[in-house]
Amino acid sequence: MAVPLPAYLVLGAILFAIGVVGVATRRNVLIIFMCVELMMNAVNLTFVAFASAFQALDGQVFVFFILVVAAAEVAVGLAIIYGIFRHRETVDVTDMTLMKG
Amino acid sequence: MELLLFLVLAFAAIVAALLVVTHRHPVYSALFLVVTMLCIAFLFLLLRAEFLWVMQIAVYAGAVMVLFLFVIMLLDLRREERPWRFPEHRLQVGAGVILAAALAAQLLVAAVAVRAPAGAGPFPPAVVAARGNTQLLGRLLYTEYAFPFEVTSVILLVAIVGAMVIAKRRSD
Repeated sequence: MAVPLPAYLVLGAILFAIGVVGVATRRNVLIIFMCVELMMNAVNLTFVAFASAFQALDGQVFVFFILVVAAAEVAVGLAIIYGIFRHRETVDVTDMTLMKG
Repeated sequence: MELLLFLVLAFAAIVAALLVVTHRHPVYSALFLVVTMLCIAFLFLLLRAEFLWVMQIAVYAGAVMVLFLFVIMLLDLRREERPWRFPEHRLQVGAGVILAAALAAQLLVAAVAVRAPAGAGPFPPAVVAARGNTQLLGRLLYTEYAFPFEVTSVILLVAIVGAMVIAKRRSD
């Protein structure tokens, strides 16, 4: 029996919400970053599910572009985290108050 | 059969995602995130997106997570995340969970209401099965999406240069 479209959307929504919980509650910047990746994956799943339901491939092309941007984002983001750690010896976001007014 | 496979993969993905969020040490979080990404990769396969299945494993579960683990090892985090301080952090966790629950409720209401369109789209399963998912996707990338495809090369170049500039040790 084929899986209905809403099943994938519900799974995507749950995974996205779990990612939001992580971003909002964790203080280790690496784990926050991983949760952002988790949210992106949830969105990708939704894209592919819709592409399959509409019998179109545009959704899959979008996921391809998201994958490219995610790879670039991870490279730059981890470089920034590494730079912060070198200067301040911390990955705790509560210690990163440089731009606090 | 397909439904059963979906349920198993969905359950594994959700459990692993919860462990990513709740585990104290970033190395375990990263490894559980790999499990989640592999589950999503096999869900792509279930959706007949073979090319993205391979890309998900190679780029996300492979390259991105190796980069994450590499940086975690590089930073040598001896100090664990500080224990939760009672009043303020509890407020933060409560607010975060409530925010996410509200968001999830909205998304779930919308998701359950969605109905798949009845008519056939431009790429029905028979056509995709005959030509192959990867070939059709490649054709689409080099024709209709040629300009965005070219732009991605610039994005990657900027990311390479940017990452090196940011992570470079100052010479002075």
